[in-house]
Amino acid sequence: MSLLEIRNLCVEFETRGGAFRAVDGVSLDIDPGEIVSIVGESGSGKSVAMLAVMGLLPRTAHVTADVLRFAGRDLMRLPARERRRIVGREIAMIFQEPMSSLNPCFTVGFQIGEVLKTHLGLGRAERRARTIELLGAVGIPDAERRLSAFPHQMSGGMSQRVMIAMAIACNPKLLIADEPTTALDVTIQAQILDLLVKLQQERGMALVLITHDMGVVAETAQRVIVQYAGQQVEKATTRELFRDPHHPYSAALLAALPERATTKVLPSIPGVVPGQYDRPQGCLFAPRCAHAFALCHAKAPPPAGSELSEALCHTPLVGGVPVVPGAAA
Amino acid sequence: MTGYVLEARDLVQHYKVRRGLFGKVGLVKAVDGISLTLKPRQTLAVVGESGCGKSTLARMLTMIEQPTAGSLAIAGTEVVGADAATLKRLRRDVQMVFQNPYGSLNPRQTIGGALEEPLLVNTDLPAAERRAQAAEMLKRVGLRPEHYGRYPHMFSGGQRQRIAIARALMLRPKVLVLDEPVSALDLSVRAQVLNLLAELQRNFDLAYVFVSHDLSVVKHIADDVMVMYLGRVVERGPSATIFTAPQHPYTRALISATPVADPERRKERIILHGELPSPFNPPRGCTFNPRCPLAMDICRVQRPELEPKKGRDVACYAVTP
Repeated sequence: MSLLEIRNLCVEFETRGGAFRAVDGVSLDIDPGEIVSIVGESGSGKSVAMLAVMGLLPRTAHVTADVLRFAGRDLMRLPARERRRIVGREIAMIFQEPMSSLNPCFTVGFQIGEVLKTHLGLGRAERRARTIELLGAVGIPDAERRLSAFPHQMSGGMSQRVMIAMAIACNPKLLIADEPTTALDVTIQAQILDLLVKLQQERGMALVLITHDMGVVAETAQRVIVQYAGQQVEKATTRELFRDPHHPYSAALLAALPERATTKVLPSIPGVVPGQYDRPQGCLFAPRCAHAFALCHAKAPPPAGSELSEALCHTPLVGGVPVVPGAAA
Repeated sequence: MTGYVLEARDLVQHYKVRRGLFGKVGLVKAVDGISLTLKPRQTLAVVGESGCGKSTLARMLTMIEQPTAGSLAIAGTEVVGADAATLKRLRRDVQMVFQNPYGSLNPRQTIGGALEEPLLVNTDLPAAERRAQAAEMLKRVGLRPEHYGRYPHMFSGGQRQRIAIARALMLRPKVLVLDEPVSALDLSVRAQVLNLLAELQRNFDLAYVFVSHDLSVVKHIADDVMVMYLGRVVERGPSATIFTAPQHPYTRALISATPVADPERRKERIILHGELPSPFNPPRGCTFNPRCPLAMDICRVQRPELEPKKGRDVACYAVTP
């Protein structure tokens, strides 16, 4: 059984200009102990989808889903009190800006202890011992002294380690990391990614890694989901995606990476991600797609079969060439 | 004449910082002796982690700050100690593009206004001429003439960065200092802006100082690379040489730590332990020695100088000539 099961998750925001659909039909299964990455540019709805799972969206957000189940429990129908017991304990999340995720008014020791008190009801001495143990586990030297440190006394890398310590405090089954290394330097990024993978293996956690960095995906994830303008355009294993991307957007994204470029001029994607008011009629990627034809502009495509990574495209690419699914066979 | 548009020798920038309300005054050596030269159409990438002094270097090159010591010549004219009139003239030759296009444009100023302002301040061109030049520049950076009267909030990140680049080019500078110009942009837009920069460099004979921490971008765009660590250059040389065979242990760690978008390639990753030491209290000897896997006794005592070894300049005792 999957740990997290999502079918057709949609999130709409009430705005002055009408409803804006930030997440559009996201389906996802996460098994225990696997690393799944969600990639996409800003505005692709990758963070919002996971915040919806956590129940951390503001009231203006309208969340609907056919299925939203965690470890067999239906999160949509669970009373708020029950849900709060799961969130933070069995599902934990870390965010992009470690410096602003921590409360500047309280010490690190207090903030980690708070989690242990709320979810596990540990006493003062137990909390202290467990906090030191956790800080050690995330590689913070001199943990005992760091308990009384305030967030401003620590670097970005150290703050992110504290956030991770807080997230794994209750041994969660699922850790969602939302761009955990984007704000950090490369050598520190390598340390944090290493730590996340190590913890994931030691504790058998599932890890959802939200990122826009294809390099991070290639080096850590087993499976990848590519999101564009709120939709999942491709789901593949990491190797498959990098070897033979089936959706034109994934293909163009990979081709635009400077390190994969063969010429001095990079193959760029024209235009920008559609916003609230200029969402196209048919396929959302059609205005920027090199392979688009009349049908793409008129009708939204259905997902292709799993052999084509469920690419959301009328003519998914195989070896860089568009094919009509089913026609070739 | 040397043919260099920019020539810096032993640039030093020290800041006096009081630590705490009653604390002692500490000295931060943000940049501690950096020399570089730049020719037209050359791209020099300055690479390093936060706190290595690359932004301070950029501020000195753009004459926002005067160096504590050292010399800086722009197109053969010395900047340090120059009078105000000379400085004003020289400032036109070096322009800067900032990292965050959301912060670097005035939200209350139209794009046309932003582009014309450098001309208004530095030239006595009539209004019609200024307007014509601004419209022309909009076209050169891939924007449309009707964007002239619009405000920054009506543009996407990539377009704003185009505007920032256009503004920097209005005075036809010889050198453009780009401080992380694409790191705030989305992947699909990043390629567009990088292509634009390459095209503009050819058209205007520009020299670029490209400050970045993204090595895959640097590898693509730079002719020469300068790797900085705690205010000093640790390795400098042609981009191809540095990326194919990095010599300094810090450069090696930096390159190996950069994630590669290729799941098939399992490379050995050098993970550096610890973080950048405090600039108030840098380690004795080589500043990299506490994190260095190759550190020897001499590294803890004496600082290595930048010396030509293996086709590039490198400051390390462990690298044999």
